[in-house]
Order: sequence, then structure tokens, then C-alpha cells
Amino acid sequence: MITAEQKPMDEIREMIAPYKRILTVGCASCVAECAAGGEKETGALASALRMACRMSGDEKVIHEKTLDRQCVKDFVVQLDDVIKDYDAILSLGCGAGVQAVAEMYKEVPVIPALNTEFLGETRDQGLWVENCLGCGDCMLYFFGGVCPLARCSKQLLNGPCGGSRDGKCEVDPDVPCAWQAIIDKLSAFNALDRLEMIYPPKDWSKKHGSGPRKIIREDQKR
Amino acid sequence: MTDISVLKKVLEGGKFAVTAECGPPKGADPEAVIKKAGLLKGKVDSVNVTDNQTAIVRMSSMAACSIIKSLGMDPILQMVVRDRNRIALQSDILGASAIGIRNVVCLSGDHMRFGNQPQAVGVFDLDSIQFLKAVKDMRDGAKIVGGEALTKAPDMFIGAAANPFADPLAFRVVRLGKKVAAGADFIQTQCIYNLDRFEKWMEMVRDRGLDGKCYILGGVTPLKSPGMAKYMKNNVAGMDVPDELIKRMQGVSKENWKEEGIRICVETIERLKAIKGVKGVHIMAIEWEEAVGEIAERAGLLPRPIV
Repeated sequence: MITAEQKPMDEIREMIAPYKRILTVGCASCVAECAAGGEKETGALASALRMACRMSGDEKVIHEKTLDRQCVKDFVVQLDDVIKDYDAILSLGCGAGVQAVAEMYKEVPVIPALNTEFLGETRDQGLWVENCLGCGDCMLYFFGGVCPLARCSKQLLNGPCGGSRDGKCEVDPDVPCAWQAIIDKLSAFNALDRLEMIYPPKDWSKKHGSGPRKIIREDQKR
Repeated sequence: MTDISVLKKVLEGGKFAVTAECGPPKGADPEAVIKKAGLLKGKVDSVNVTDNQTAIVRMSSMAACSIIKSLGMDPILQMVVRDRNRIALQSDILGASAIGIRNVVCLSGDHMRFGNQPQAVGVFDLDSIQFLKAVKDMRDGAKIVGGEALTKAPDMFIGAAANPFADPLAFRVVRLGKKVAAGADFIQTQCIYNLDRFEKWMEMVRDRGLDGKCYILGGVTPLKSPGMAKYMKNNVAGMDVPDELIKRMQGVSKENWKEEGIRICVETIERLKAIKGVKGVHIMAIEWEEAVGEIAERAGLLPRPIV
């Protein structure tokens, strides 16, 4: 999933300052899972903003609405009927959600309330970890299901570097060494020989070599 | 004078090699390089010039190498993959060769977070092993990554680093093997304080026959104080400083710290000379270049051979 965290309140208030009627729009997908922009967080942010504005004598109308998926046009259209009542949208979607809404309503400013972080997993209650770069050419087979590009601080395809100590990364003792994890995992099913070869330079053109990427699937078109 | 790698000549001649490290200044003053290099002249075969070490912005390694070369010395260009993509790295190899630099050490580089530009992007387009292979393919095959031909191949004696003290121990030697297969002609190791572990590592190196495929130079760094020993043990990535050494430094009075540090360093070199497969020593006297000559002298490494 895509993870995100809410921006500081002061930053949000500064961005919404010029507007009087604001629709706060949440998203019930990834950002709900990481407790940043779901229905609950959207309601909480809208209330907090209403309260803060009232306290400082700033007259604003702030409403809220949560879409199932803010990055999918078919869901964003639900805003068609209400958008005319507002002069700005405060989006609690990820960067993709913010842009999908902005693309749809060209005259309305769309303000991001979240900082989009990474592709990751929910490891535990309140713990999300990055584990995918979206490189466009998955190599997880070779590395036992542990991605060195996303999880090694130096993106080594031929690791580990000399800073791996007691299973931790030299960059931060709280960061597990991805290469220790790769070696442990491959050892567990006798596939350590996959690390004897020299992995060639990564083809980064599949990630960002030709500008923003898109996927076209003829079989999915209507 | 024809441009040759002194280090390569010494090693191929079967002599025990001596290299030292020279860190460029945090400024544009060439005199700082000239002064440091002057302390090393005649004491070592070749001089490693670090590349923005600990991720702190310094005079470029290439420029400092050029200054050192103009003094009639043999520079070793350290290059890290942290700051440059494959276009810049390969371009710099061609440029270095063109100005007569004949040695390169291909490294990952210290992470940005340790330096004075922690907000910088880390490039890491190639890793150190891919970079080694790129340089070897440029030199031996006159081609760049992807196979396109060069009009003239660079002439480089290719080096890499190895850390016998990092984890996992068994895999350290596998990775050394990958570095050698990728193109490393010589290896300079992380600072050696734990000789028992180093000897164990060398045994594994010999078991894989790697000592016959590359020249291994053991890294040493003289300690200046017990504080430095503790700092290295606790704060420097990949460093293994045994408690006995810290105690030994603590056991002498302050005015004798440096002497004790040099003594430990000389003893370490004596032991390294006796280990099968160790072909030289790399003395990294951090901001203490004047110690290198004394260490080399007392370890019986002077005079250096004329090649």
C-alpha cells in the first residue's frame, strides 16, 4: 500500500488561509489503512480545523467527505454535485489522490493535507515499513523476497557492505540490515548460491528513465 | 616520464607495498594537499586520496590526485558511487587516465547521513562491485556499461576495499571473491585492530584461493588516544577494536599516548608481514600524516624500492 502521514497543523492552516469554504476529502483505501486519511482521520482533521479557526476568529465553513478511492475517477465523480459549494478542497489522499481530484476539477485549488511516504506494509499496530521502490523490474526472486533496493541504505545489489553489524545497518542501529535478512532467508531454503553471481547494473529506465510511467492494457479498456 | 602505477610495479615485483591516505582539505587551498603529500614523499609507494570521506564536502579527489602527481608521486584515486551515476563515474575514469592517474579504488562511500550534507540524494546508481566491473571492462575491453566501444581504453590499476570485521563473517569472503571476479587487482582492508579475526578471515581468503588472484594490503590506523580507540569501537561503522587495546592505551600516561599508538601500529604491521597472502600495508593516519614516516621506518619498510 501507499503510506502517508498528516502534515503539521500550522502548515495546513497556512495553505487553507485564503479560502472560506473548504471541503475536506478523505480516502478509504491505503491512507485509511495507515491511519492518515481515512474517514476517521478526515473527520478529526475537519473538526480540529473548525475548532482552530473558531478560536482565532477566522470564519470558515469546513465540511468533510470520504471517497472509497480518491485516485480512481469513477469514485471522484461523487464530488460533482457538491464541488460548486466550495472554494477549495483539502485532500487527505496520497499524492496520486490529490492529483486525480485536481485533474478533475480544474478551477478548484486542491491542497494536500498529507505527506505521501512510501510503498510498504503494515508490520504491526502503528508500524509501517518501506519495502518496495516500484522499480518496474522485480528482482525479489533472487533475493529471497527481501528487496535490497528498497531496504538497503546504499541500494546494493551485490551486498552486504562493510557496515553490517549484528544484523543492523551502519546508517541507523534501528534499521535492520537488508543483506543480513537476504542471507538468512536464502540460507533457510538452501539458495545462497544465488548470491555468488554479480548482479549487473540496474536498468533504471524502467523506473524513471523516460519520465512519468503509465500502464496501457487494451484488454481492460472500455 | 611515462605514467605508471608505482603500486602495481612494487606488488608485481614481489615487494611488500606501502600505501598511505591523504584526505583533501575542506577548502580550495592546493598548499594543504602539497603539505600533507610532502610528509608522505619517499615513505610510501602510493597515496590514496579520499573522495569526500564521511560524506563531508572537500576538494575533489581527482584534483588532489592531480596535485600529488605533479609532485612526482603516485596517487590512488578513491571514487565512491554515492555521488555520481554511471555516466559521471565512467567519464571521471577516462579523465583520470587522461591526466596520468594510474590507480583507482572503487567504493560505495560513507552514507550521506554521516556528513555535512545529510539532505543530499544518495545516487548509488551502481554499487561498488558493478563499478569495479565497469572499470575493468573499460580497461580490458575498451567498452563502457552497455557495451559501446571507447576510442582509447583507460589504464588503471584497480582496487577495492574489504572489511574483514563486518557481518556476516562467512559471507565477507564470498563478497571479496565477487570483487576480485569483478576486476579488483588489489584490496585495501578496513583498519585492523583485531588480528585474531583478521587471521581467521585471511585463512578463509586462502581457502578460496583469493590471495593468489589479488594483492591484499592490510589497513592500519595509529591510535592517538584511548578516547579515539573507544570512539572508533563505538561510533565508526564496521570497526572492531578489542578491549585489550583500549586498556593498553589507557595504561600509559597522556604524553605517551601517541608513542603507544605508533608502537601498536608497528607491532600490527610486523604481524601482518608474517601472514601468508598479505602483500602490503595501507597506513591511514587520520589527520596525522607525519606519523606515517616514523611507522614505516620502525616497521622496517624503508627505504621504499625505486621502480
